[in-house]
Amino acid sequence: MTEAQVEIVGQDAPTAAVEEEAPRSLVGRAIDNVRTGNLGILPIVIGLAIIIVFFSFKATNFFTANNFNNIVIQLAGTCMLAFGVVFVLLLGEIDLSIGYLSGLAAVAVAELQLPGTGQDAPFSWIAPVNGLLAIVIAVAIAGALGAAQGTIVAKIGVPSFVVTLAGLLIFQGVILQILEVRGTILIQDHWINDTAYYYFSKEAGWIIAAIVSGLYAAFAIVHVLAQRRAGLAVRAPYMLLAKVVGLAIACFGVVAICNHATVPRGLPLAGVLVIIFLVVLTYVAKRTTFGRHVYAVGGNAEAARRAGINVARIRILVFVISGAMAGVGGIILAANVNSVDLNVGGGTLLLNAIAAAVIGGVSLFGGRGEVRGALLGSLVIVTVSNGLNTAGYKAGVIYVITGIILLLAVTLDTVARRLQVRSGR
Amino acid sequence: MEAPSWAPPPVDVVGKPTLSETPLLELRGITKSFGSVQALTDVDFEVRDGEVMALVGDNGAGKSTLIKCIAGIHTADHGEISFDGQPVHIHGPKDSAKLGIEVVYQDLALCDNLDVVQNMYLGRELRDWLFRLKEAPMEQRTAETLKSLAVTTIRSIRQPVASLSGGQRQSVAVAKAVQWNSRLVILDEPTAALGVAQTEQVLALVKRLAERGLAVVLISHNLHDIFEVATRITVLRLGRDIGVYEREKTTQQEVVQAITAGVPTKVSGIPEPAGATP
Repeated sequence: MTEAQVEIVGQDAPTAAVEEEAPRSLVGRAIDNVRTGNLGILPIVIGLAIIIVFFSFKATNFFTANNFNNIVIQLAGTCMLAFGVVFVLLLGEIDLSIGYLSGLAAVAVAELQLPGTGQDAPFSWIAPVNGLLAIVIAVAIAGALGAAQGTIVAKIGVPSFVVTLAGLLIFQGVILQILEVRGTILIQDHWINDTAYYYFSKEAGWIIAAIVSGLYAAFAIVHVLAQRRAGLAVRAPYMLLAKVVGLAIACFGVVAICNHATVPRGLPLAGVLVIIFLVVLTYVAKRTTFGRHVYAVGGNAEAARRAGINVARIRILVFVISGAMAGVGGIILAANVNSVDLNVGGGTLLLNAIAAAVIGGVSLFGGRGEVRGALLGSLVIVTVSNGLNTAGYKAGVIYVITGIILLLAVTLDTVARRLQVRSGR
Repeated sequence: MEAPSWAPPPVDVVGKPTLSETPLLELRGITKSFGSVQALTDVDFEVRDGEVMALVGDNGAGKSTLIKCIAGIHTADHGEISFDGQPVHIHGPKDSAKLGIEVVYQDLALCDNLDVVQNMYLGRELRDWLFRLKEAPMEQRTAETLKSLAVTTIRSIRQPVASLSGGQRQSVAVAKAVQWNSRLVILDEPTAALGVAQTEQVLALVKRLAERGLAVVLISHNLHDIFEVATRITVLRLGRDIGVYEREKTTQQEVVQAITAGVPTKVSGIPEPAGATP
């Protein structure tokens, strides 16, 4: 990213030792980036490719269209949580409550759709409600709880680690309390279950692929025109073209694979939801003032405050996003098993979501990372556990391998940062 | 295109503007105490358009407190502040920003992880009705502002500020302060952490600001720097102003003496402020 040279009109600046550099080729720039430790998503994509190739040889039914759809379904819930984690980590905060917060949203949605409610149910005065409305209410509850935690962090100044650790315990306790007697609630509402079980028809899949790649191309053109109008250079025009073409190939490729699958045939709605949230949240993070302020607060909260940014408001809103995304993820995870039970939101969900964001290159210290990192990171985690499962390994091995990958990813990132410092960037 | 509110101040480098008659900012009898600590006692201070007023003094002399009173972070207990000849009350940072007063703090001005354009517009981003950032005009304006200040060593304004040198960072911080039609720029130790070449770079920038007609207040411990760029020098000692020295009619020795010993030698040729202690 060394474009848009500032016009040079050296007046009397004594150190006008300007190194005029010829615009570098794509390859040259890539080599530059690797040398200076600006790795981007390259390592994770390579890692993912290695994992896929490895398991394709190791397990006979790993590299199949059916399993691709399985991976998408398994990915969706964790990935939604990880999307929220990205924002929290960008601030340099942490949210440990999202696991059980997602469980709480799942319980809420299950209670709300419950026909013939029992006496002890918290929503007996309103249930059953339409599944879509139930989803909205559950996500709103999760978002509100996130707001409550964020307010304590931002206004009172209690460390987020402690606030959300308390949240973790409290939400787990509430779940146990609600489900104590019944143990399990079945989810029969089709809207809710569709989040994990709806598959688009072949034709609908193609149309979706066409819409997505068409929209991306349209936005690319709008961007180029805006730059032109402002008289600015278009950064890496060939890269942009490659991105547009690459995305179109990826879209149609994914739909082709999904349509090729036999057992659950077609493009899963859960995958489309992941992409929708990816696009919307990337837009929020990269294209809006709010997103810009999130990066600013994560980079230097004091500078942000002095620039007139309402830091407390940004913090609270980020915890709302984190909570709401936990709610969305929790509902998909519950739909995946058509029920909620006493273990909902527990297990490795929380740590997998945080690990996904970190593997995806989001810094734990704030200010650095992107939303797409959450998708790539959860893709790594889910692919590894799916592959090991398919190859017949037990849970213990899966945890060990996931841990090693997490350690590798963060180590690589740390080394890359040190390289950046050494090369003066 | 109509003149937008984010347009940089008019560039006027043709000919050196002469010092205006009335001060742009004038402080009279400023007193400020924190509990039992008397931080400022009856301090007079002024700065005019197109001049670099240095503010010097040893640690604890009250420089920061005085600046914070101007910036609106503190409110003075007693005393009058007038801006552009009009008496004003500054009760918060927003009041001073509204007057066109911008402060560049030593190391708290920039977000390392954001690029130059993003830092320049931090907190005042241009956006449309969708809250969408208007990147193109922001980038364009940033390039123009830096160009007008002859900040020439930054290769790309889309690189993160972390990758800039100390002098470049300070230049960006200063450019950020002056692009909002500001009239008075206060620089708090702008060269404290810089090497020789980068110090020169920043001092050249300070001179250009004054040449553009802005009033500049420069706080520094480095008398060499001050004698290179300042028009006048205000010395504070133990919360009192010792005097105002004209750069061309004083020596470093004299200023050092005023800082350390507080010798109240008002230099001839400077109009005595009305009501000042003899």
